Amino acid sequence: MRGATHAKWVACAAAVALVATACGGGSDSGGGGGDGGATLSSSWGDPQNPLEPANTNEVQGGKVLSMIFRGLKRYNPETAAAEDWLAEKIDTTDSQNFTITVKDGWTFSNGEKVTAKSFVDAWNYGAGLKNNQKNAYFFEYIDGYTKTHPDDGSAPSAGTLSGLKIVDEMTFTVKLKQKFSSFPDTLGYAAFAPLPQTFFTDHAGWLKKPVGNGPYAIDSYTKGSQMVLKKWDGYPGEDKAQNGGVTLKVYTDNNTAYTDLIAGNLDLVDDVPAAQLKNVENDLGDRYLNTPAGIIQTLAFPFYDPDWNKSGSDKVRTGLSRAIDRDQITKTIFQDTRTPATDWTSPVLGEEGGFKEGFCGDACDYDPEEAKKLIEEGGGLPGGQVKITYNADTGSHKQWVDAVCNSINNALDNEKACVGNPVGTFADFRSQIGDQKMTGPFRAGWQMDYPLIQNFLQPLYYTNASSNDGKWSNEDFDSLVDKANAETDIAEAVKTFQQAEEVVRDNMAAIPLWYQNGSAGYAERLSDVRLNPFSVPVYEEIKVG
Amino acid sequence: MGRYVIRRLLQMIPVFIGATLLIFLMVNVMGDPIAGLCGDRQCDPATAAQLEKEFGLDKPVWQQYLTYMGNVFTGDFGTAFNGQPVTELMATAFPVTIRLTLVAIFFEIVIGITLGVVTGLRRGRPVDTSVLLLTLVVISVPTFVTGLLLQLLLGVEWGWIKPSVSTDATFGELIVPGLVLASVSLAYVTRLTRTSIAENKRSDYVRTAVAKGLPHRRVVTRHLLRNSLIPVVTFIGTDIGALMGGAIVTERIFNIHGVGYQLYQGILRQNTQTVVGFVTVLVLVFLVANLLVDLLYAVLDPRIRYA
Repeated sequence: MRGATHAKWVACAAAVALVATACGGGSDSGGGGGDGGATLSSSWGDPQNPLEPANTNEVQGGKVLSMIFRGLKRYNPETAAAEDWLAEKIDTTDSQNFTITVKDGWTFSNGEKVTAKSFVDAWNYGAGLKNNQKNAYFFEYIDGYTKTHPDDGSAPSAGTLSGLKIVDEMTFTVKLKQKFSSFPDTLGYAAFAPLPQTFFTDHAGWLKKPVGNGPYAIDSYTKGSQMVLKKWDGYPGEDKAQNGGVTLKVYTDNNTAYTDLIAGNLDLVDDVPAAQLKNVENDLGDRYLNTPAGIIQTLAFPFYDPDWNKSGSDKVRTGLSRAIDRDQITKTIFQDTRTPATDWTSPVLGEEGGFKEGFCGDACDYDPEEAKKLIEEGGGLPGGQVKITYNADTGSHKQWVDAVCNSINNALDNEKACVGNPVGTFADFRSQIGDQKMTGPFRAGWQMDYPLIQNFLQPLYYTNASSNDGKWSNEDFDSLVDKANAETDIAEAVKTFQQAEEVVRDNMAAIPLWYQNGSAGYAERLSDVRLNPFSVPVYEEIKVG
Repeated sequence: MGRYVIRRLLQMIPVFIGATLLIFLMVNVMGDPIAGLCGDRQCDPATAAQLEKEFGLDKPVWQQYLTYMGNVFTGDFGTAFNGQPVTELMATAFPVTIRLTLVAIFFEIVIGITLGVVTGLRRGRPVDTSVLLLTLVVISVPTFVTGLLLQLLLGVEWGWIKPSVSTDATFGELIVPGLVLASVSLAYVTRLTRTSIAENKRSDYVRTAVAKGLPHRRVVTRHLLRNSLIPVVTFIGTDIGALMGGAIVTERIFNIHGVGYQLYQGILRQNTQTVVGFVTVLVLVFLVANLLVDLLYAVLDPRIRYA
């Protein structure tokens, strides 16, 4: 009997030890506590366009694409660096001709193998005018784009891009129309994702339930209300989903989503409404994220209006910039979810990528005296008043435009120096900009497509570039950008882009206001939640339970 | 009766055409919808032109309207910008909103008329005064305040309901949103019924009924209530249309994906097809509801005859 009692004690001790180590092990790895099969729910907005990779240009659709697609490159959620993902290697000797080898062993969630053809077909589809893809211009650097997508809208003379050639099953070559050294780094953008053959053979069916090659597969999709994504067990990549799946629920109003989160009805909100920012610390504590995203807000100017494009105008613009108290506005209106901008890029690029704090220098410092002097030297405000045009339907644009105007009015001691000019809807705002009807500064926001300094400068300030809404044009800037693109050494290219940015600064082509942060709040049962530089939650890393 | 209905149906045609034309013009005046599709940047001109052609926006407005109306009569309400046919949007949105409206109407009828009868019969008593005060409060507080308050109290603080309605939007989930949606109308129904009852209580036919020795219950339901309901029925009838179209605020608060949600999104995205399509159906609902109200008069009051 004595032996038996001993044995009992030993068993007990062993059990205690086992439990203890189990717990210890759990907290060490951080993975033991999570339930790999549990799913989470997350707020969503109805995507504006059909969910095709080359047709999705806003965050809500992009959110889904980031879950169901993986491209040749993937942007590191932490550093934003472009890392090879499906690309085995991308070789070039002249920055114009690239040979891309696709990694073996990748498939779509329907079992089809990802090959060079999956990419080439997808890119040809994206570049074809007849397919109405809104991101078509991403392919404009590829040779033959003007034939598949004529600028004047005439019938395309070619169905495929002549710059794309399939070499063998896993290899294809890309010929660009000009040298573009950072081209490989742009390939992490969703528009460059591979597409399975069903996309082409059964397009309507594919749109109902898109099939991709990412860590998640779509289980069901009810347009306009919700999408259920399940972890794809056969996913071959390193970034396998750490949860069983994600249910995206469409919310019309982000306030309701936030209320749902507080009530425990929703796990993750990736857009905390401005009105709730004051309570967020109380409500969520450390379950609130506020991290830099690749978004910069600026005030652009109508350079097609002679009043804003005469000698001395640059002084007026700089004066206005110095009349804006960015610190105070970001603190009081945005509760520090924005950071005062001191250059024309974004902190997510990092020093190596071309971000330089304080690049703007004095021109972005608040100084009412200096502001007044500069505007007087520049010939005063055109028409005695500036009207800042913005769309009043989304975001808290009205609040900050009014605050900016207040700041300008106070600095200039003139109550009528600046007024806001609201436009009812975003669509109307965009169409007025497109028709060049702006008479003064207007709201311009830029969310990067890929984390490169090139993306913050060329589309916005290059002559006639796609997002150069103010039609600013400067030969020095253009030639510096051309030079930077042709540079084969990345560090050298970044340096040249910064020289180009100097031209923007010296002319004050646009007034940088602030860098925007991504914000998110989550339920207690989630852990390892973070936002990537595109302000989208990194869903595959989230652990539930 | 039959001739009256036909005449009314024929009258609907010009109203229908006028209403749709107006909406069509209003949405078109707002500007170029394609411009909003490309985010914070210019759509490249070739793609924009292609999209305009696809949605028929490159033609003059009158031609767009004619083609649109032609298509509507064949049951084709066009395509929304996200590639979904508008009929598909309607098929998902209308059932939800109809359920919500039914819940709201149910509350209006049951609570509104009951309170109205109770207060009308007890004019000047404490019950009457307190209900009157209560309706005054409900009428003066905007719907979104009641909605947000109830959502916060019942959904977050006490945890009785979920703050938002799921995709299925079952009747059970729609009780609180329906009550919020009905609240203001409910107060009006109460007040209308109360006045009407109080007035008719002193009329000759009620006195006769009482004198005949009819039981109190029968006097109230058959004689008094039936005659007092005419203004109330008119109000509720026109309210059906208003509730369906005016649920935008309530639907937003409780995240209900009904007609209000689709209209709101359609307007924001300047999606002519969605907005005109939904409004067209709402106009039809309004017209039919009005006709039904007029026909109900005859049922309630035998003196009213339609020829």
